Order: sequence, then C-alpha cells, then structure tokens
Amino acid sequence: MGMNTQGRPTVPASAFTSTFETVSGSRGLLQHEDLLFEIGTPETSGVDLPKPKGTKNRLGGVKRKVDTGLPGLSEPQAVRHYMRLSQRNYAIDLGLFPLGSCTMKHNPRLNEKMARLPGFADIHPLQPQATVQGALELIDELATWLKTLTGMPSVAMSPKAGAHGELCGMLAIRQALIARGEGESRKRVLVPESAHGTNPATAVQCGFVVDEIRADARGRVDMEDLKSKLARTDDIAGIMLTNPNTCGLFETDIKNIADLIHKAGGYFYCDGANFNAIVGRVRPGDLGIDAMHINLHKTFSTPHGGGGPGSGPTVFSGALAPYAPVPFVKKDEDGLFRLVEHVDGDASESFGRMVAFHGQMGMFVRALTYMLSHGADGLKQVAEDAVLNANYVQARLKHVMTPAFDGFCMHEALFSDAFTADGIETIDIAKALIDEGYHPMTMYFPLVVHGAMLIEPTETESKAELDRFCDALESIARRAAQGDETLKSAPYLAPAKRLDETRAARKPVLKWTAAEVERLAAE
Amino acid sequence: MRYLPLTPEDRASMLATIGARSADDFYSDVPKAARLNAKIAGLPDHQGELAVERHMTKLAAKNRSASSGPFFVGAGAYKHHVPATVDMIIQRSEFLTTYTPYQPEIAQGTLQTLFEFQTQVAALTAMDVANASMYDGSTACAEAAVMAARVTKRKKVIVSGGLHPHYAAATRLLCEAQGLTVVQLPVAIDGEGELAKSVDGETACVIGQSPNVFGTVTDLSGVAKSAHDKGALLVSVFTEAVSLGLITPPGEMGADIAAGEGQSIGNGLNFGGPYVGLFACKEKLVRQMPGRLCGETVDADGKRGFVLTLSTREQHIRRDKATSNICTNSGLCALAFTSHMTLLGGKGLKELAELNHEAACELADTLGGLQGVEVLTPRFFNEFAIRTPIDAEAVLAMLDEAGVVGGVRASRLFPKDHFGDVILVAATECTTTEDIAAYAAALKEII
Repeated sequence: MGMNTQGRPTVPASAFTSTFETVSGSRGLLQHEDLLFEIGTPETSGVDLPKPKGTKNRLGGVKRKVDTGLPGLSEPQAVRHYMRLSQRNYAIDLGLFPLGSCTMKHNPRLNEKMARLPGFADIHPLQPQATVQGALELIDELATWLKTLTGMPSVAMSPKAGAHGELCGMLAIRQALIARGEGESRKRVLVPESAHGTNPATAVQCGFVVDEIRADARGRVDMEDLKSKLARTDDIAGIMLTNPNTCGLFETDIKNIADLIHKAGGYFYCDGANFNAIVGRVRPGDLGIDAMHINLHKTFSTPHGGGGPGSGPTVFSGALAPYAPVPFVKKDEDGLFRLVEHVDGDASESFGRMVAFHGQMGMFVRALTYMLSHGADGLKQVAEDAVLNANYVQARLKHVMTPAFDGFCMHEALFSDAFTADGIETIDIAKALIDEGYHPMTMYFPLVVHGAMLIEPTETESKAELDRFCDALESIARRAAQGDETLKSAPYLAPAKRLDETRAARKPVLKWTAAEVERLAAE
Repeated sequence: MRYLPLTPEDRASMLATIGARSADDFYSDVPKAARLNAKIAGLPDHQGELAVERHMTKLAAKNRSASSGPFFVGAGAYKHHVPATVDMIIQRSEFLTTYTPYQPEIAQGTLQTLFEFQTQVAALTAMDVANASMYDGSTACAEAAVMAARVTKRKKVIVSGGLHPHYAAATRLLCEAQGLTVVQLPVAIDGEGELAKSVDGETACVIGQSPNVFGTVTDLSGVAKSAHDKGALLVSVFTEAVSLGLITPPGEMGADIAAGEGQSIGNGLNFGGPYVGLFACKEKLVRQMPGRLCGETVDADGKRGFVLTLSTREQHIRRDKATSNICTNSGLCALAFTSHMTLLGGKGLKELAELNHEAACELADTLGGLQGVEVLTPRFFNEFAIRTPIDAEAVLAMLDEAGVVGGVRASRLFPKDHFGDVILVAATECTTTEDIAAYAAALKEII
C-alpha cells in the first residue's frame, strides 16, 4: 500500500470498494431520501399564513368531508428533500445528453431571467388587452420570426407541445377537407413506419385512418410504396412526414412527395421535431409543406423540465391558414394589438379553440430571447454546427459501430446493433454509457433499424466533449462486439440499478399508501 | 456567438476527420432550389445579453403586472403567492435541464417527485389514481371526455352550462373530430344540477364544474347518481385547485374522472401558460387513461425505485392504438405544484383555502353593499359574478383608470349570451382589505 510521508495511505485499500452498505443509506455525496409521505406530517407547514378568522361562509354546505391528510415539510426540510432528489438526475447542465430526436441543447439562463420579468410572468390571460400590449407584441414578434424562418405565411401559437402542434395541423387539414365538402370521404393519412409514435396517434385522434408507408434501403420514404398507396386518391387526406426524418436524413424526394400528395388532393403535414438541422439553411415553405409544428423546447432552447412544458407553434401554408385555431394576435391599423378569441369575423373559418388561453407564454419569452441572442446569422451557424457535430460522431464511430445508412447524416447519427456479439443488446450499450457519465442515446427508435441507437449531440457541445464521449462509446462498442457479459448488468455506478419495469406494470403502484408499504415489507 | 463552443479550427479539423469540404456538403440532399446560401433576410443579427435584455425589458414594461395594484381577475387562472423556495427548486439544473425520465437509473429524482405529485393529486381530488400531468385544465377536460367515450363505448357527451367556455370549446373540438356528439346545456350561473336531467342511455359522460366559471360551488353527488344509473360517467372539472382544500372534491361526489387546472398551486399567471393539467380517475379505469404514469418498483438490488409504467397505453409504444397522442406534458409545472403542496401540507392548504374564501366573502359583502350592484353567484369559493347597473366593459375601463383591474367581463367569455352587465370577480390570499376598499370606492364613483 502506498503511503505519504505522514504515514497516511494515498491509495485506497482494495477491500473498500463501492459495494458496502452504509448505516444511513447515503453514499457519500448521494444522500438517502425517503418519500415525502414517510418524512412529513399534515400539521407541518413551510408556509406561514395569517390565521383564518372563520367568521364568514358562503359555501352553502359544499364542504370537504375528509381532509387531504397530505404531509407538509418545513422550508429547510423541503429544500433538502428536493435537493437530495435532484442529485439522482442526469441533466444537460452536467454533460452531453445525446438523445436523438430530442435536441437536448444548452438552455441559456438569460431566457429564464427574462421569463421571470413581472411584465411577463405576472400577467393574467384575461386582463384587459390594453394592459398587456407588450405581451401581445411579443407573441406577434415571435410569430414573425417563426414565419420568416420557415417561409410560411401563417402561424398558430396556442399549441402546448409538439404533439399538440401535430393535432393543430391535422385539425386544420380536417377543417379544410370539410370546407371542400370532403370531410367524410377523405380519411386516409399516410404515415411512414419510421415516424414518431405521436404521428399515427394524432391522426387517429382527429378521426383519420393511418396507412403506413415503408422506408427504402436509403432510410427515406419508399417512393414506389408511396405511389402504390396513391393508386387510389379520392380518400386521401394527407401525409405526415418528418423532415429531416427520424433516421437523421433529409428526404431527398420531398418536393416530389409534396407534388404527389397535392395532386392526390391531400395536404402535407411535416413533423418539425428535427428543425434544428435546417434552421436558417432551408425554409420548409420552399418544400411544398402545408403545416408544420415547431418544438420551441427543441430548436429554440426552452428547457425540457423533465418532461415539459413544451410549446408547439404550428406554421401553415396559404391553403390551410384560414382554418387556424383561435385565439391569435392581430395588429390593427391603429398599431394596437388585439386578440381574436372567437370563431367569427376575422376567424370565421377557424376550426375552433384547442386550449383555454393563448399558448405557452413562458416558453415564448424564452424562445424569443434565444432567437434575438443568436440572430439570423447565429441560427444558421446553429444548424451547421449541429450537423457537423453529428457527422463527426458518425465519422469517429463508424469503424466500431454499424451506421444504419451510408453517407452524411444531418443532426443525428443512427447506428444499428449489427456490430454487437450475440447476447449483447442496444440497451446494454445504453446502460454502460451511464457508467461513463453520459445519458444514453435514443434506443430502439426508429423502428425501421434493428436495435437502433440514435445520437444527437446538438451544436452546444465542444469538440473536446465530443471526443471524450466518442472515446467512451468506442470502448463500450468494442466490448459489445467481443461479447463482454459485464455489460448486461450495467449501470454499476448510477444512483439505481436496472429497474424492474415488468413488475411495475403487472401490479401498478401509482401512489403512496401506508398499506402498500406494509405489503412490500412483508414480501 | 456565446452559445456555440466550436472554434473555426475545430470546424476545420472535424471536417477533415469526416472527409467533407464544408458544411454545404451535408446539405447536398436538399433540393437545389430550396438551399439558402445567404442568411435569411428580414431578421436581425446576433446580439449580446445586454441588448437582448434591454429589448425584452421594454416589452415587459408595456404590461401591467397583477402585483402592481388591486387585481381581481380569475375565470380559470388565479393570482396566488408562490413561495420563493418553489422557484429555486424548479430552477435546479437537475430538474430544469433534464428530459422525460426514459432512463430511470439516472432519473430517480424526477420520477420520485412525479410519484409524490400523483399521490398528492389523488388525495386532493379524493380519487384513486392520478397521472403525471396534462398540458392544462382545458386539455385534461377534453381528454376526459374522449376517455369516457372509450370506456362506455358511447358517443354522447353532455356539458354543463357552467363549464368554462374555453374548456367546453376544447372539449367539443376533440370530441367532434372523433365522431362524438357534444350537447351543450344553456349557459347558467347555477345550473350544474341540470346535468342529472339530461343524461340518457346513450350518454358517455356528463361534464360538470365546481366551482364553475361563475364561481358557483355545487355538490355533484346527485348528478353522479343519475349518470351511473344510466351507465354514464361523471367528469368533474375544476379550474381553481386551491378550492379543493375546502370544498367537496370530485371523489367525494362520486366522480369517475376528475380533470382540472393546477396552476393555482406553485405556478404563476404567465399570461395563460405554461400551466399544469391535473387528471385523476377511478382505479378500474386506469388502463384507459391518457398521459404518463409513474409507478413504484424495485431495482436489481431490490431497492425501491420508480419508472414510467403502463406505457402500452401510450403513443410511443401503441402508435395509432394509443389512448392519446400526448407526449411531453407539464413536468416542471408539476414539480412547482408538488413542491408548493409539500410546503403547504394538508393543514396549510386548508388554511390557504379558508383565507381565499374569506377574502371573497369580504369582497362580495362590500361590492354587494353598493347601490345597484348585485352578487349573482349563490354559493362560491373565491370568485363570483356581479351585475352592474351599466355596461361591464365601460365599468372595467373606468376601474382601470382608477388603477383597479376589476375582473373579467362575462361577455368576453360568452359573447352571445347577453352578459353585457356581468363581471366575474375573484379574490385570493393576495387580496388585501385595502384592495377591496379601493375597488368599492372606484366602483361607487363609476355607478
């Protein structure tokens, strides 16, 4: 054993590995933390309120019989509770987060600061419009950016997330078909089998029927299959296509696809989840698209927040613009901004209202702040660097992993599991990345590639970070190719080991109950 | 550009490794006519923090914030105090800048808070199970209606005359797109009970709201019984989550699905979003629920842990057979909700609800005491409707000049229903005695 001159050991004794149990349940910096319901009491509160007088009551007897019984915590307890839990999360602020199709880029803190200005954060959606002219102007300004960047004449700002934007686009298509008198006859929507699951789900939510189209050997829409699906055209409502697509590739035939769909009497919905690859370099309006949602929480850097909130403004071509939802902001001739809130007058052909208020204002502030920071020049560089970073990852790993398709990729690199030895799967590689300090890539998606691994580094990673990541993944890939069985139990160093998802689904425990705790203890 | 780490030297060396001449090579699949070589015209170039901050601050200054004076606007969004701790917690990078917890080994923080959130929402609504959030109350309501149609295999949805009209519109839109029929009962200040008479053997669900958009609180137990007698479900809606600390919650009335807005707990007004939809139901309906669910399990060492579960309901597994298309929900707003709820505790929530109710009672007594002003809502929690002797829009404009944001004119929500002289007024724990006195003094001058 190595000793320094004071006789203090400088090399850890091998017996003390990470496997021993502590009395507290904590492990060094990682503090043990029970559920709220095991540490709080209903009498405890971290909020000091004035005592209610209890003299007035106009409830008419509609009173709660049984108290919630929910436990509270004092402020210091609450702060520790959430800080300790936070330590169990990976985050973009800690390291590269290469989830394909998710665009986990840096979330600038200026965005957060601006969103908290009382003039944005502390205004009510229904206060008189004269008192919120700056908010309406901001929505109008952001709309102008989105229309200019996409080359589309109209945008609906109210959709709450990407899938909600899809719903907005497909409801506009539905309304356009109704206006043509073909609402009942045109129900078929073509969706590539490589599409995000939200696409077919959205189509069905709008009363359409999904008809899948195959991918070709180049990872694009199979044009022969598409043409065969268009042999009959009188029932075609449209197509939902992601571009760049979920294989990280630009659809080379996109203009042709748009022409075919339009000739068939249908509309072209584009899933804009991957807009980050082309922002400032390609305008969807030049490709024949009729509707596209934009994920402000992807391309325009608003934080993902552990699963939302998102924001999914949806741009429209001239053909669909009249059917866009209310509310929307209109600038009147006197320079005042006005909300059009009802289906009449300026919005007489609108398909209606999707949501209670005007959209995700908090996200609008962040996205506009980001756009102003980058400017037109910076956004073009965003796309180029995002694509460069993905191609660099592909180039560095293509000798040890199997690229799903030949040639350059766009903003994400896709690999199949063909390089792995028998018995080693994509999930094993993903979990081994956790031990190396990285969030895994998107795994098993898109469905058209066996054991898919979809890596999207984004433009906010430096070359040094990319090299460190590629070194780690290269080493894991070599172990996978050699059939290293230790991969099967990864991760070893995460706050939790692999979790039993089958058990969770078989007998779902979806909330804390004292009885459930006793039952588990007895097991 | 401060957000882009690559240097020109990095880019050159990376292009060499890749074997590309320039970034243009990567865009060679784009049709030539659609390739933009120059930057897009008509937009400014990049700016530093100071310049951007200046621009945004100017826009913000053109808005009047709710805290800057007496403020009485409700009708679906409410001005409450949010503890400083809540905003600190949701700004923790580990919560703010992470994704949906698809990799549970490194997302136990998010997952445990979601499990706690679901438990809190279930207790608050007195329902069996709650999901991990929806976009907002209105989309939760719409999803509840189509879920009821799936459960009952029926096609008729009946909506009360007190349901928030924006909720009714969002619900009608989604239902009609799916071939369901929506029956809207006549708009009424105190008409939730009418649902009981309208339900028939073809009804999938009736949707009632308490407190409703006019503030009226109603025990929907009778409606639930009538619905259940005909094989229909009761969807119980709320827009003011704080009310559940005091009034009869959906579960105590026999609701099958509870759908509501959680903004009031932990989340600011934000001009309408982001908010957090709360969605809860009876246990036997759980497999027809929309949205994400977090469940308890164990890891390979046998230690308790949490995962997203029952995902065979969801779009990423089930695609066109999914119960909903929702993917991203309101994760961070749910964290704000759950951390504020944790700070309050059950007793704190009840006290907060009582303070809201008392402020509203004081406001109603004061305004109702003015000559010509009538309080129209018979039973309420923290908001109610008043009738003024002159046009509501004119009243609100004059109140505005006096520095008082006096509420929402009902005609903004119901343009076709002859509510020209009705104002919806809300009070919360933020409303002071001085605010109420200012309102009364200004209103007295006007009328």
